[in-house]
Amino acid sequence: MAMSTLILLAYLLAAVLFILGLKGLTHPRTAVRGNLLGATGMLLAVVATLVHQEVVSYQLILVGIVIGAAAGTLLALKIQMTAMPQMVALLNGFGGGASVLVAGAELVRRSPPAWSNQAVAVTASGLIGAVTFWGSLVAFGKLQELGFFRRPLEYPFRQPGNALLALAAVALAAWGAAAPQSPALYLALVLVASILGLTLVNPIGGADMPVVIALLNSYSGLAAAATGFVLGNTVLIISGALVGASGLILTSIMCRAMNRSLAHVLFGVLGPAEEGATADETYGGRIKATTAEEVAMLYDGARRAVIVPGYGMAVAQAQHAVRELAETLQSRGIEVEFGIHPVAGRMPGHMNVLLAEAEVSYEQLKEMDQINPTFPQTDVVLVIGANDVVNPVARTDPSSPIAGMPILDVDKARTVVVIKRSLSPGFAGIPNPLFAADNCLMYFGDGKKAVLDLVAALKEQ
Amino acid sequence: MWGIWLLASQQGAGQSMPLMALVTVFVLAIFVGFEIITKIPPTLHTPLMSGSNAISGITLVGAILAAGSGQAGLASWLGLLAIILATINVVGGFLVTHRMLGMFRRKK
Repeated sequence: MAMSTLILLAYLLAAVLFILGLKGLTHPRTAVRGNLLGATGMLLAVVATLVHQEVVSYQLILVGIVIGAAAGTLLALKIQMTAMPQMVALLNGFGGGASVLVAGAELVRRSPPAWSNQAVAVTASGLIGAVTFWGSLVAFGKLQELGFFRRPLEYPFRQPGNALLALAAVALAAWGAAAPQSPALYLALVLVASILGLTLVNPIGGADMPVVIALLNSYSGLAAAATGFVLGNTVLIISGALVGASGLILTSIMCRAMNRSLAHVLFGVLGPAEEGATADETYGGRIKATTAEEVAMLYDGARRAVIVPGYGMAVAQAQHAVRELAETLQSRGIEVEFGIHPVAGRMPGHMNVLLAEAEVSYEQLKEMDQINPTFPQTDVVLVIGANDVVNPVARTDPSSPIAGMPILDVDKARTVVVIKRSLSPGFAGIPNPLFAADNCLMYFGDGKKAVLDLVAALKEQ
Repeated sequence: MWGIWLLASQQGAGQSMPLMALVTVFVLAIFVGFEIITKIPPTLHTPLMSGSNAISGITLVGAILAAGSGQAGLASWLGLLAIILATINVVGGFLVTHRMLGMFRRKK
């Protein structure tokens, strides 16, 4: 068999391993093996490429792989689980950047192009890759809360400016695709796409970050696929398509969980809350503050308890304290489950990872659709660092900015205890009538300390 | 864009690379992706993102071809830079996913 056929077979096997690897992720029990299958596929594809007849010099390859592997290992081992969104944003960006560079190298390397449609693929690769790279870097800066990115850059004509940039990028791409390949044209395209990447992500922030990361994840896949078209290489096309589909699905899940359209996240701002009730109207004299001892007594004779964590729990680093609380309750024969809203963390599934790190069993982590029907039979719900995702206004007030957003129906439980520093509003900027409900008690304080005090009070009983 | 695409494919009669075959592979792979990924539980969505990120580092294959072509000059240097970025993507992605998934498997 010819060498080139063997290489193609190796690529096919790699693609199959990627698919099987993703399939492994459908259950926590098989997920580790799935990830290893994917890594094996990657190793296979790389080794097959190294023996490719076009590869004649190995110094640069070795240098690049050693530097990249060292940096990647360091990053993967050092990163805190709370910082996973930043890490994924950065990796998205690197994927996009690699696509821009590979397409550029191909353009320089081959004139005339290797095949007639290569120009189209090169421009697509440069366009998507550059938007992904710079967009991801901005997303990284925002998630890492670097000073410069703390608030969006304000400048006039932001929306028309973006539209103009997008138009210019598409025009350049079309020109580049139709005209004979020109490095200068490619450079111009990458430049415009880079600015577009920066300005597109610039205004987005807060609660919308999970959507942006998921979308950039999808873009990084599409960039890889476009590079696959440049090279006429099917393993790149298949992998890129898989990742592109994955990112798109996660984007749509996140949008649905916030009841917002993708266009709204990308171009709109949250609807102003002018018509809604003010904090004074909502809370006026109806807030009941409570203490650790009182909450501990609530659990006396309780049969079922649910804990609803929000990103505030992660900010307070209260995950381990929460796990201790769950264990204490379970040791008294109380059934304990966690209700996880899809946008509870800063990226899809983030809250689950944070709780898994604190050694909460994944069987206790329930999705919104699973946990919602159980709230009427729940004695005590403890909400930690969450606000908008438990705001009943989403169900009742069609004029509210979060109207129609699916929420966790904690208000239907017998008693709700909310751990929060103050009555300050969440991302949506609106008061939460749950806090003033008859069956709700406010347990003010820092998340970690409040939970630890509660555990101590439970043990003293 | 589609018009240009069509135009480009028409003028390319007799080309060596069958564009339609590649497009077919792309479209079918997207369907496979949708089928599998909709079955992945939300609990594993973060590892899915980091793991799929590692997979999209497959661009490394193209980077190796560029850096190893033996041609001195710009193409090789672009290739080197691409290898570094893609390798961080691949190694960092698979490793951090492994680390995370270990937490889910851990039983007391």
